Amino acid sequence: MTLAPLPHRIAARRQETGDVWTLALEPEGPGLPAFAPGQFAMLHAFGAGEVPISISAGLERPAPLHHTVRAAGTVTSALCDLREGAYVGVRGPYGRAWPVAEAEGRDVVIVAGGIGLAPLRPVIHHVLAHRERFGRLALAYGSRSPADLLFRDELAAWRARPDIDVAVTVDRATPAWRGRVGVVTTVLPPPAVDPAGAVAFLCGPEVMMRFAAAALRDAGLPGTAIHVSLERNMVCAVGHCGHCQLRELFVCKDGPVFCHDEVAALLRRREL
Amino acid sequence: MRTIAELLADVPVLADLPPEQRATIAGCGHLAVFERDAWLLREGDPADRFYVIREGAVAIETFAPQRGAVTLQTLHAGDVVGWSWLVAPYRTAHDARAVERTHAIVFDGACLRDKCDRDPALGYAVLQRFAAVIVERLQRTRLQVLDLYDPASGT
Amino acid sequence: MDGAQPLVIERPALDRLITVLRDRGFAVMGPTVRSGAVVIDELRSGADLPAGWTDAQEAGTYRLTPSGHDAVFAHNAGPQSFKQVLFPPALTVWRGRRRDDGRVEADPPEDPPPLALLGVRSCDLHAIAIQDRVFLHDRFEEPDYATRRRGAFLVAVNCATAGGTCFCVSMGTGPRATAGYDLALTELTTGGPHRFLLEIGSARGAEVAAELAPRPAPQADEALAAEVVARTAAAMGRELDTDGIKDLLYANAEHPRWDDAAERCLTCGNCTMVCPTCFCSTVEEVTDLAGADARRTREWDSCFTLGHSHLQGGSVRASGRARYRQWMTHKLGSWIDQFGTSGCVGCGRCITWCPTAIDITEEAAAIRATDLRDLAAEGPADAHHR
Repeated sequence: MTLAPLPHRIAARRQETGDVWTLALEPEGPGLPAFAPGQFAMLHAFGAGEVPISISAGLERPAPLHHTVRAAGTVTSALCDLREGAYVGVRGPYGRAWPVAEAEGRDVVIVAGGIGLAPLRPVIHHVLAHRERFGRLALAYGSRSPADLLFRDELAAWRARPDIDVAVTVDRATPAWRGRVGVVTTVLPPPAVDPAGAVAFLCGPEVMMRFAAAALRDAGLPGTAIHVSLERNMVCAVGHCGHCQLRELFVCKDGPVFCHDEVAALLRRREL
Repeated sequence: MRTIAELLADVPVLADLPPEQRATIAGCGHLAVFERDAWLLREGDPADRFYVIREGAVAIETFAPQRGAVTLQTLHAGDVVGWSWLVAPYRTAHDARAVERTHAIVFDGACLRDKCDRDPALGYAVLQRFAAVIVERLQRTRLQVLDLYDPASGT
Repeated sequence: MDGAQPLVIERPALDRLITVLRDRGFAVMGPTVRSGAVVIDELRSGADLPAGWTDAQEAGTYRLTPSGHDAVFAHNAGPQSFKQVLFPPALTVWRGRRRDDGRVEADPPEDPPPLALLGVRSCDLHAIAIQDRVFLHDRFEEPDYATRRRGAFLVAVNCATAGGTCFCVSMGTGPRATAGYDLALTELTTGGPHRFLLEIGSARGAEVAAELAPRPAPQADEALAAEVVARTAAAMGRELDTDGIKDLLYANAEHPRWDDAAERCLTCGNCTMVCPTCFCSTVEEVTDLAGADARRTREWDSCFTLGHSHLQGGSVRASGRARYRQWMTHKLGSWIDQFGTSGCVGCGRCITWCPTAIDITEEAAAIRATDLRDLAAEGPADAHHR
């Protein structure tokens, strides 16, 4: 925990929704090692504190790190208020990544809810960058409302591609919305993929992941092929502060990505 | 051109019925096409029919004076639209509007009810299939009510 | 060191030990009396030691009393442990300032002074070994702990008394120190002058011992020391059955006993503060008024606070029941999965310092006596009616 953050600068910032910003961070010195999809960094807002944020793009150095942050608490609000050029301390990469290598040769199902699309975006980038190594790719993305959709330009670009099947659904429609209305389980399993041989990566509210995993298991995906990214309170990111425990698991270092079989029983227990 | 009975074999919720029962149900149906914004059902109308969507999309809506039309759910190929025909007082609860050009099979609710009354085995099979549709819709609605993505309820 | 001939030193040499360690540059930390309790603080001389004091402990009760003799280590575990020293309750972990150009520069970390821990009981030696697994032997090393711990000189003391809440025998952690020390003392108050059997645990320990002018221990003293420890082992205030306890607690996550404990628990976190192995901490960041200087302070945290499991929108463990269950299941159960040992050393502090006298040994026994797995085996109807 006394691990010191490395100084970075905000090279660019982009507003995704009313309260979500994506920050592109460049190191002032040598920078951090490469991140894998699903790993996270501790971002330090000077004077406010640190917060764990998954990488949402920019796995390899020297490309800037991209982190997508929702202004929800003191530190995340401070980060979203910073301007280009401002200091952000970064340490990482931390945590277990999405097992993308395991998905090679198989169909890939991405199930995202709300801000949960951010940690999954690098998986989509990775599969699209090495398209021949994977089977069919389907994204099921549930959002509260059309205004809460992240990465809208990119979503439109993905929709236009023949090699990714995109289903977006919102819980609350606006009159102008012409897409699907309903929870994300209504678009599971994606018709394009063969559930028996597919690998699924899920990130979103825990309730959503519980039901999405159940829908995928009902469709024939084994629990070993379903991976979820969990959220718990994290202060240190290295298993020292004790906050992120889920019984015997430290979400920060044993996760945040877990195979559904590892955690399904724990997630059913209340207040564990 | 496939018969309605053949088309029903592709409808997930009816696919596992014996062909004779599917044929009996098909006898109450006919094909229809709805242009964008055409109404399939109107709130408060007598519920005398239901639909199976072959292609297209239908919004289940309600209208609030201050908010305008609120889409509660959208339904797509293979989905059933309408279950009020099945239970008294046979009154339609919500508007159903085609949000794009939609091909559907229209079923006469009174016709199918009458067949079910005369053939309890068919009645049980139909009720079981519609119960599955209603249960799934209810569970999805419960999740929607949770407002999972509300920042205040966590991510 | 193994097989080395035990030595004996007399009472004045104990005072000399403090001087020798101080002369070698160590801050000597050990037991001393303050505010009606034996606490851990810096010892400047032998006069700071708690000679003449003992304590009476029961669930929810601690009372320091004159022992009526001049034994130095007649007290039992106090409210503090050497966790205070190796893992300070509050520590500045980062200091930096924002310059006018927006750049942030951080101060280099400060190194703590070399530490000597004097009077470490066997339970606390095990507690240190357990925290070593958390902070040193896992994937990431905690740098401040590493610095304090690596240089630390440990003087163990074998217990001559057992407190009313002690259960180290059940946990296999005492009362005799068997490893992990530089020097170990057994206080002898009978059969001769006030003296200490001195065992050497390291080359560094041997060097320090040599400065105390020890003499070889007569066999009678060795026998006497063994007797002291055996008497203590037989006088444990509590016991805890650890057989299969992890699975017991995992399988009983919905046991009604948690509700019962929660009704008594104030979620004050005392148990976690006095526990020598509890390692949870949080970090606060504060700035000066101008916002140019910032300091990050690590402070002990407790799984009994709502903030501990806080996420946007609420806490994962909102009920007291869930928080007590988390603490006890972690301490006695999931710790084993995480670090290969129990998180409990049987020191009894959590029992003594609980304001409502909740007793971890009693809670564990109650769950064992009504194991839901046994009830389930008897059939659902029967289980339902219990």
